[in-house]
Amino acid sequence: MSGFLQQCFNGLVSGGFYALLALGLAVIFGMLGVVNFAHGAFFMLGAFGAYVALAEFGVPFWAALVAVPALLFLFGAVLERTLIRRLVPFDPLYNFLLTFGLTLVLQDLVKREYGVQSQPYPRPAELSGSLDLGLFDYPAYQVFVLAAAVLLCLAVWLILTRTRVGMVVRAATERPELTRALGVNVGRWVTPVFAFGVALAGLAGVLAAPMRAVNPLMGADLIIAVFAVVVIGGLGSVFGSVLAGFAIGLVQSLGNLYVPALSQTLIFIIMAGVLLWRPAGLFGREEART
Amino acid sequence: MIRLFLRHTEPAGRRPLRYLLLAAGLLLALALPWLIYPPVAMDIASWALFAAALDLLLGYTGLLSFGHAAFWGTSAYAAGLIAIHSGLPFPVAVLGGALLAAALAVPIGYLCVRNSGIYFAMVTLAFAQMIYFVANQWRSLTGGENGLQGIPRELLGLDLSDPFVFYYAGLPIVLLGLWGLWRIVHSPFGHVLVAIRDNPARARAIGYPVERYKLLAFVLSAALSGLAGGLFAISHGFASLQEVNWTTSGKAVMMVVLGGIGSLWGSTLGAALVVQLEDYLSTAGFDGIGIVTGTVFVLVVLLFRQGLWGAGRQLGAAAGRARRRRPKPPAATEAAPVPTPTTREEAAWTPSPRG
Repeated sequence: MSGFLQQCFNGLVSGGFYALLALGLAVIFGMLGVVNFAHGAFFMLGAFGAYVALAEFGVPFWAALVAVPALLFLFGAVLERTLIRRLVPFDPLYNFLLTFGLTLVLQDLVKREYGVQSQPYPRPAELSGSLDLGLFDYPAYQVFVLAAAVLLCLAVWLILTRTRVGMVVRAATERPELTRALGVNVGRWVTPVFAFGVALAGLAGVLAAPMRAVNPLMGADLIIAVFAVVVIGGLGSVFGSVLAGFAIGLVQSLGNLYVPALSQTLIFIIMAGVLLWRPAGLFGREEART
Repeated sequence: MIRLFLRHTEPAGRRPLRYLLLAAGLLLALALPWLIYPPVAMDIASWALFAAALDLLLGYTGLLSFGHAAFWGTSAYAAGLIAIHSGLPFPVAVLGGALLAAALAVPIGYLCVRNSGIYFAMVTLAFAQMIYFVANQWRSLTGGENGLQGIPRELLGLDLSDPFVFYYAGLPIVLLGLWGLWRIVHSPFGHVLVAIRDNPARARAIGYPVERYKLLAFVLSAALSGLAGGLFAISHGFASLQEVNWTTSGKAVMMVVLGGIGSLWGSTLGAALVVQLEDYLSTAGFDGIGIVTGTVFVLVVLLFRQGLWGAGRQLGAAAGRARRRRPKPPAATEAAPVPTPTTREEAAWTPSPRG
């Protein structure tokens, strides 16, 4: 029983990463109509940012948790202003291709500098022990990551549904022209929303650094799984993406326990099933498909 | 639509330029291993077929598949395994690989063609990743991270291990594949694909079963990608996980976009350039090839979306207009300003379905 619960916890922790990345993808897609291939590369940059900050400048984890996403926010803003924006009027596939090219560049830049082997990153001292969760002990850091992922998703959810900014973003997502016609300056929000999504991926990367291998390829493998998560949840549905993220993490981890042969392919099998049953995803709208 | 059909049913024989181009292309293909390092020539040939097969979907059906490595790679493994275990001549092994790729494309395509646009790209990418994981885990068959080694290259007892010789053994398969693609593109079926690309709702309203056409295009494209992948594996004597990796899918897309979407010539040209560039970088000892290819790709997507072939065609069209205009009095040209080369590409993804 405790083994089962522990595996559930593991699943929710990795689901937290799926959810954070899928959330950023969904928000960016909603606002710009862009599927950001480079999202995995930004995740990797976040983890490497934390590693470099500690190894070269002695910046501790907690400072990196704030500084690295802030830097990536700036990076994302610059990217949106200089590159992404130019292709938004055209077929959205062009931006998919553009961010694919960016992924190759970022990944190989990091690979050239640090090689393909994984870099170690210690857990912060405050979270190095384990917590007694009643039935079993669980590493304190993982508990922190799960709590952080849930709180971040909740915070974004509250921003989107309860604030004026969120209202504008949601309206612009649903009907950009109408929102503009009502006098809302939609363009003003495009850069911050894109940069926010990038920063969120970076934050997930910093969170991943102490518990996953920090290497240049960590993002690429993850992002394709996140694409499957987004397809399952429904492209453009923030709620669906987050929910699917946690659910897939959980299912994948239980699959690991019971059918280890399928551990890596399970997510794609689920995606195939969802596509058969609901081609637009569990929470997606039909119009997002074309 | 009618205009489109009329344009395509014009007899090709009226265009001597096109035959000249074809002859030049064939001559270049035959001379290639004399001009460059023979293994690279074979790589160019395989990738050219792969890129052209991908363009059948991207350029002519309007579907961006970001998961064609699944078919290229599956066939690479299958052709390798057939060649190793059966000792059959290599064209049979390559054909076997292509058939397996086509068989794999049926269920994947069935699930994917219900979506289009960006959704299609993501779903194909995800399924290709699934094939990657299967290849990675099925070590007894694929050799896992070590790859499948020692694939023989022989044909009816002839030893073809010399890359120079093998090029001429493999080239007919590539040319056959390209010819097949040309026939598909210029057949009534190909024109229906173009109609679906330009206006799926209208094609459906006319009565074409859009999904079935897309699926058939997907399977044909996968089979020809498989033909290319099997040939590639046999020419290297080796099939690795790289063949099913997402970067391989991306590389093929890169070739098509660089060469010009919606043109078989363009895809071939793009393949030659990308393979040559990567070969140049790796022999120069540069260990960040993605930095260069990625930057080139970003620039192409930003500034040069019609691709090399598209740009060439625009230039040719502009020159043609200038020539036709010359006999007219100057007043006429002033009254009717020269229309800028069409930018329909921006809206409809591809300029023109000509091969």
